[in-house]
Amino acid sequence: MADNGVNKGRRRLLLGATTVVGAVGAVGVAVPFVASWQPSARARAAGAPVQADVSKLEEGQRMTVEWRGRPVWIVKRTPDMIERTEQFDPARLADPDSEVPQQPDYVTGPLRSIRPDISVLVGICTHLGCSPLYRPGPDDVDMTAWPGGYFCPCHGSYFDLAGRVFRNVPAPSNLEVPPYRFESDDVIIVGEDEETA
Amino acid sequence: MGNPNRVKAESGFMRWVDDRFPATQMWQEHLSQYYAPRNFNFWYFFGSLALLVLVNQILTGVWLTMSYNPSAEGAFASVEYIMRDVEYGWLIRYLHSTGASAFFVVIYLHMFRALLYGSYKAPRELVWIFGMAIYLLLMAEAFMGYLLPWGQMSYWGAQVIISLFAAIPVIGPDLAQWIRGDFLISGITLNRFFALHVVALPIVILALVVLHLIALHEVGSNNPDGIEIKAKKDETGKPLDGIPFHPYYTVKDVFGVAVFLFVFAAVVFYFPEGGGYFLERPNFEPANPMVTPDHIAPVWYFTPFYAILRAITFDFLGLQAQFLGVVFMGAAIAILFVLPWLDRSPVNSMRYKGWISKVALAIFAISFVILGILGALPATPLRTAVAQLCTLLYFAFFLLMPFYTRLEKTKPVPERVTG
Repeated sequence: MADNGVNKGRRRLLLGATTVVGAVGAVGVAVPFVASWQPSARARAAGAPVQADVSKLEEGQRMTVEWRGRPVWIVKRTPDMIERTEQFDPARLADPDSEVPQQPDYVTGPLRSIRPDISVLVGICTHLGCSPLYRPGPDDVDMTAWPGGYFCPCHGSYFDLAGRVFRNVPAPSNLEVPPYRFESDDVIIVGEDEETA
Repeated sequence: MGNPNRVKAESGFMRWVDDRFPATQMWQEHLSQYYAPRNFNFWYFFGSLALLVLVNQILTGVWLTMSYNPSAEGAFASVEYIMRDVEYGWLIRYLHSTGASAFFVVIYLHMFRALLYGSYKAPRELVWIFGMAIYLLLMAEAFMGYLLPWGQMSYWGAQVIISLFAAIPVIGPDLAQWIRGDFLISGITLNRFFALHVVALPIVILALVVLHLIALHEVGSNNPDGIEIKAKKDETGKPLDGIPFHPYYTVKDVFGVAVFLFVFAAVVFYFPEGGGYFLERPNFEPANPMVTPDHIAPVWYFTPFYAILRAITFDFLGLQAQFLGVVFMGAAIAILFVLPWLDRSPVNSMRYKGWISKVALAIFAISFVILGILGALPATPLRTAVAQLCTLLYFAFFLLMPFYTRLEKTKPVPERVTG
């Protein structure tokens, strides 16, 4: 059949240009729909820092505060617990020196805390988000030389009292240390960084 | 008007309709003159049963929506309200919750039938792929629906599954937050899952079911002998081994429906919790983000894939075990999509394949069941080792298929269907 005067080159160009403009428009339209799934202003406001008073915490006791809907554990470690954690065989831990960034820069050392006696950890297993159980005593878990720590009942991950993960468990990294600072000796603000000089 | 060769009623009301809509034509093409092989057996009940369960889910789902409250404060209480105060609310909810499990029972049997008789092979690849897409969306639909009662297992199950996305390197945590719409699973997450469960996914699933059936009716049904009935036709062009779907198979399927409903009703009325597998016990407590249940297990139909996820406890190729588990779980489902191209056997049906294929399918089915059992149990070192072995066998079934289906000796295929 004859072309009937159709300019195929121009037709192709117009078709291509329309397709490209249409595709750009479709992407533009998708933006508000995709962005609408981000946390809303109200959800972001609800994620504000929280305060915790540790003055009434007994040695070896744990308290839980809620920050951004996640449990944050604050444990006042006894000298014995500190020693057991510091002396624990690093070969049994996956990341004994906290090289994976699971803590703020100002939280260093094997105890992973600002003060040796106060430990602050996000109580969510780094495997799949369960909340591990507190097993502080050396006999609380059926394991040789258990230093005290946390056991995740979901998939069997172990962490020591500094939240450091054991080797050969499903959890890949140490428990997260949230940003926190001491407002006074007894008051902790979880969710705010220590003011660095 | 339309296709001039279209079949139309001679006269009367149907003629009036047919001049405006291809009703008679569609009736003939899809029912009264859709020729299905005459040798369908037990395994061919599950397609129509899946349709029945789909209708059950939509009907009961719409009714549940009328009394359900999709908010973190009200969801759990509204489910209790449905169970205690709404007239027949308990029945409608149990029909829906039991229907979810029944859906997966019939779908798994339906899929096993395809594996047994090679129903995924050419020219039925698209039937299979549409079916797999339905299966995938059905899992998403079930997962989102399970959050809605806002019980402990709803909450923590969703927590585990959404964390799977967080395991993806680099973008993971932001992606998980985008899915949740919050820093944790909250009423915001519940609301969007409700919208997806009740509106978006059902529409897509229904569309895919239509595509699945159109593709099926284009190529025609496979059969237990795996031979093409269209190859042998009588002088009028009807397959010699074909019988009209209606009335022959509609009547057969009605019988299947009756038997199915006996079992289904027995579960709904006497074992609606399915021994803790259909409705898990921790789900009778309201969701509490601060307390994890001692043992988190997904609903039974997800457990095989969950066991594969947990089986990966080692780093490999520089990937962390956590992410690798997600990759394996995804691959376990993705590999099903390419099945039509893995099977290189010259025959379709297991009846005429060699012994290697038969043993392979048996091992695969057993591995899948063992994975399903392990996925529901707490992990121990021994169970993890067994899950690793079964994961290996699961993948070996698919990855070795191009070799064993080509190498093995097959039996001669009959000219006409048997039995």
